[in-house]
Amino acid sequence: MLNIGGLQDGIVLDHIVCGGAMAIYSYLELDKYDCTVAIIKNAKSKKMGTKDMLKIDGLADINLDVLGVLDPNITIDVIKNGVIIEKRKPLLPKEVTGIIKCQNPRCITSIEQGIKHKFKLVNETTGLYRCVYCEQAFKRRHG
Amino acid sequence: MKHLISPLDLNKTEIDELIAIGNKMYENPKDYSSICQGKKIATLFYEPSTRTRLSFEAAMLNLGGNVLGFSSADSSSAAKGESVADTIRVISAYADIAAMRHPKEGAPMVASQHSSIPIINAGDGGHNHPTQTLTDLFTIKRLKGRLDNLTIGFCGDLKFGRTVHSLVQTLARYYTNIKFVFISPEELTIPSYLKKEVLEDNNIPFCEVRLLDDAIADLDILYMTRVQRERFFNEEDYVRLKDFYILTNAKLKSAKEDMLIMHPLPRVNEIATEVDEDPRAVYFKQAELGVYIRMALICRLLGLL
Ligand SMILES: [Zn+2]
Repeated sequence: MLNIGGLQDGIVLDHIVCGGAMAIYSYLELDKYDCTVAIIKNAKSKKMGTKDMLKIDGLADINLDVLGVLDPNITIDVIKNGVIIEKRKPLLPKEVTGIIKCQNPRCITSIEQGIKHKFKLVNETTGLYRCVYCEQAFKRRHG
Repeated sequence: MKHLISPLDLNKTEIDELIAIGNKMYENPKDYSSICQGKKIATLFYEPSTRTRLSFEAAMLNLGGNVLGFSSADSSSAAKGESVADTIRVISAYADIAAMRHPKEGAPMVASQHSSIPIINAGDGGHNHPTQTLTDLFTIKRLKGRLDNLTIGFCGDLKFGRTVHSLVQTLARYYTNIKFVFISPEELTIPSYLKKEVLEDNNIPFCEVRLLDDAIADLDILYMTRVQRERFFNEEDYVRLKDFYILTNAKLKSAKEDMLIMHPLPRVNEIATEVDEDPRAVYFKQAELGVYIRMALICRLLGLL
């Protein structure tokens, strides 16, 4: 059973691929909020062996769309008054603009000024995203 | 069709229409010799590719239009650090259509997002080169009479060869009863995503062989590409393997009488010059036909036909 450890209102991101929590912390720009965030690394998991988790206290309306792009297997638990009121998997947005970056050094996004990195979902089953400019697949840092 | 950035921007009807127009232009060039009068094409070549640039310019001149442009990044505004977006906003006011070659992948797409004139991708890094694909399709259709029911062998560098990837994707998507034979050293095999997503998932038959001799007898078309020294990990492998991927008259002995030998050019040594005399060698014809399919494309994008 998930130990939400005294979280009254907030969000728990569970089943993060081991070693992935910090990347998700920075993609969600959690450093910009003054809420309490607990980063749990290498937690035991029946399903995954080990996993990471993020517990975000007191923040409900954060844009989690990016999660599906980073790690589609994450579970999102929304907590209200100490109870999980919603448990869901992240959505896979059809397009992602200005969040993840194309790593291909031959891509025009590596030199063009003022261009926003943009990716398209090309396979819903595998959650594969490709850069719209060079079509290179987005490689998740973990998993 | 507003721009042509990827070969897959075109649907089958559009490809077939371009080929039909290309045929008419090839057969009656005079009928089209002033259709683009007063129109200008800008050839924006951020890296040199003389053959492709001249092919576009010849196409526009054949149509009675004019050309302007640059042929390398150091003679252009790019040398001063201007973005593709800014360059194309300016060029849009100078020309009616533009063909862009750029070493960075996706540059022509960026241009198309900021352009008020049609953009043709004339090659973006190792990514797309749709007018080469159109040239290949046009050549096969014109010289073979069909784009269905073919066994096509691709020989050489199939890992990095973008012309091969685009042609395989286009044929696999739009034409039926095609069998692919991939002939390459182990180091340079066709990428697995093409095998999986484009061929296997669509039940399109293909096989991979190591030696040209093992495959040549079955082929209706042999598409040769260059095997570059720098693609090998060591010199010994290159020296050991390179001769297997050089087409000679001796290797052609077992080929069909009506097989076509194609090559995107420039050739280095992968086709022995003795083969040029063989009636099956159509690579120079292929380059010639490339001008006509570009003429068809220019007229289409300008809304003239
Ligand atoms: Zn890219």
